Amino acid sequence: MKARYLLPIVIFFAMVAVFALVLYQIGQGRNIKDVPSPLIGKAVPQFELPLLLQPDQTFSSEQLKGHVSLVNVWASWCVSCRYEHPLLVEMSQNTDISIIGINYKDERPDALKWLRDMGDPYEASIYDYDGRAAIDWGVYGTPESFIVDQQGIIRYKHTGPISVEKLEAEIMPLIRELRQQGGES
Amino acid sequence: MIPEIGHFALVLALFIALIQTVMPIVGAYRGMPELMAMGKLAASAQLLFVSIAFAMLTWAFIENDFTVAYVAQNSNSALPIQYRISAVWGAHEGSLLLWAFLLSLWTFAVTIFSKSLPEHFLARVMGVLGFVSVGFLLFILMTSNPFDRLFPAALDGRDLNPLLQDPGLIIHPPMLYMGYVGFSVAFAFAIAALLGGHLDATWARWSRPWTTVSWVFLTVGIALGSWWAYYELGWGGWWFWDPVENASFMPWLAGTALIHSLAVTEKRGAFKSWTVLLAIMAFSLSLLGSFLVRSGVLVSVHAFATDPARGVFILVFLCVVIGSSLALYAWRAPNVKGGGSFELFSRETLLLANNVLLMVALATVLMGTLAPLVLDALGLGKISVGPPYFDTVFVPIMLPLVILIGIGPMVNWRKGDASALMRKLRWIIIVSVILGLAIPLMAMGRTTLMVTAAVSLGAWAILSTAQYLRDRMVRNTGKRGLSAGVYGMAIAHMGMGVFVIGVTLSSAFSVERDLHMRAGDSVEMNGYVFTLDSVTPVNGPNYRADRGQVTVTLDGEKVAQLSPEKRTYFVQTMPMTEASIDASLFRDLYVALAEQREEGGWAMRVYHKPFQRWIWLGPLLMALGGLLAAVDRRYRTSAKRIVQARQKLSSQLADEGAKA
Repeated sequence: MKARYLLPIVIFFAMVAVFALVLYQIGQGRNIKDVPSPLIGKAVPQFELPLLLQPDQTFSSEQLKGHVSLVNVWASWCVSCRYEHPLLVEMSQNTDISIIGINYKDERPDALKWLRDMGDPYEASIYDYDGRAAIDWGVYGTPESFIVDQQGIIRYKHTGPISVEKLEAEIMPLIRELRQQGGES
Repeated sequence: MIPEIGHFALVLALFIALIQTVMPIVGAYRGMPELMAMGKLAASAQLLFVSIAFAMLTWAFIENDFTVAYVAQNSNSALPIQYRISAVWGAHEGSLLLWAFLLSLWTFAVTIFSKSLPEHFLARVMGVLGFVSVGFLLFILMTSNPFDRLFPAALDGRDLNPLLQDPGLIIHPPMLYMGYVGFSVAFAFAIAALLGGHLDATWARWSRPWTTVSWVFLTVGIALGSWWAYYELGWGGWWFWDPVENASFMPWLAGTALIHSLAVTEKRGAFKSWTVLLAIMAFSLSLLGSFLVRSGVLVSVHAFATDPARGVFILVFLCVVIGSSLALYAWRAPNVKGGGSFELFSRETLLLANNVLLMVALATVLMGTLAPLVLDALGLGKISVGPPYFDTVFVPIMLPLVILIGIGPMVNWRKGDASALMRKLRWIIIVSVILGLAIPLMAMGRTTLMVTAAVSLGAWAILSTAQYLRDRMVRNTGKRGLSAGVYGMAIAHMGMGVFVIGVTLSSAFSVERDLHMRAGDSVEMNGYVFTLDSVTPVNGPNYRADRGQVTVTLDGEKVAQLSPEKRTYFVQTMPMTEASIDASLFRDLYVALAEQREEGGWAMRVYHKPFQRWIWLGPLLMALGGLLAAVDRRYRTSAKRIVQARQKLSSQLADEGAKA
């Protein structure tokens, strides 16, 4: 039996091993769609990155401190972000919650066009071209959203587009609670 | 009672499938004709019982039987009747039942068109198909029974996902599944040939029409899915490199490679073991696709309900089916003798290049789809792979493939004549480049290097194929007409050219504007003036909507009246954008209502997309070509001739017996 005829079956079982591992991990209670972030309860990772709209200015992790904010990781090539975006725009119009965007692995003109076309809900848009900061944040895929409190501690993470239900049932109550705790109105 | 009848029919079908697996295989092994004949019988019985199950589930949907959990989850009494029927395959359980139903349909089709197949071979084919069916029926009965009752019964159903309430989605899944499941026939032929040890040109000839027909269904299914995404998702995109899309695209790439490789095996006896591997691969990727979609291991915007228990079952099933076929391959393929020899410049080599390119393309899609999963599972970090990866990696692989389209058919088997080919093609090269410049300039008034290069390639595929057809006709004068297969191949190849031109011009020159418009406002795009006349509320059967009226004029003349809607469905309260599109051969005008603004007026999305239709016209031509090739007379005449020869032989034997 020549080795090259065995190659297909070897490749196949290597793939099966990975699938089995993933299924095992899901079976152990890990929800792939909602990866619990080990960062919850920890301070946001340090970063200093240029802004999307003003490339000569930077935004650092220090600037997240002082008020509760919703940090949203997005990209113009991301399909699910399109589902989510109108909701963010609506939030920015109807509430005073500060939404900070991290634009992930995007071309600047594409991202700018997106904001121009679809509305810009972000108080500041951080431009993470090589995805370095997103890796530190443990970003699994776009979109992802984090709630960061006044001390710059990550309190909540949501993977995938935010739904209206999720927003009303979890995100808004948590933000309100954090604001009260921090004495913010 | 109705659901219980359906459930019972499924259980019976499972036992029949077991008989269909065991009896003919044992019969073929022991040489017992009566056991082998049971395969055909069991296939018919299985079709009957799976059809009954399918009909019962459909009936439960039509009758709004909300005591059935699956109906309650996916239907509603206000849902229009056509969507109540299509809701049968609107979610996991019903999709699987559709799979099983289509599988029994394909199996039955094999028994009908099998008159030319030797008894042993047919018996093994039935056995393999029966085995696949056992797997699917077991899967349905053990983890995903669509007939489970719901106590207490629901007062009304939760309704079908509004995204799926669309004419395109009524036929998209059946088409796609016909393609997936159809590859099981080519697969069964390959396994039967490996089992019997007769891997020859005849086997390839039998496989070709079946493979091509499945490929046609898959092509139409994918094109329909893309068309649906284009108008239903409301943002004008037509392909997203989403894992679920990739899952259907990978078997298509393997199937395309298989069609070309089968041609070499049939005509020249070469690439036999490779062809057999491709047949296994095409079907394995269909199964893999369903595993990825149904098990929840991949995160996708298609967001199907997922369940690890189902994932485990499919994975075990994959191991048994694919693992055993690949083991059989590793065991038997080394004994396969090579075919006729060929020189470096020959049609064999070019088809080999086609296969290599398609395999590289397949590998890039597979890697892009699985890499995030693999890295994450091994704890090597998390990445997400999106269109930037696929566009940069995939497109460069496709371009040489399009160049090959023009050359391949004109080169002779065994030994081609490169200089004669050059003489013949140089004018086509020049004309293609001129068209590459002229088409974008005439349509849009501008071009870029990339656009000209890509349009030239598309034109090249069309023109060189036309040249090939002309050559064949000239050579054929006086004889009977060209075979359907030649026309089929030519049309499919031209379809590829049409597709390339469409993708290029649409992606390079589409204009998209997001606007805030009030009644009476106008916007101008590429010469077209879009005016929002009004937005009025309307009521649908299970939704209410705001409907805009948009008049489009060109040079002061009205060219289209569009009425986009923003719908809110009563049960699933999900806002849906129903885009309104005026389509023509050279441009689409596309308007979608985004949302109502508090300050009055509407946020709207307006597109002008040149050559958008060509993106689907191309695949339709490919499918049409495939259909023509599959009905080529020679598949039937050869079958008839074999039967006649066999009858003649047996009557001769009988005569001799009588004489003696």
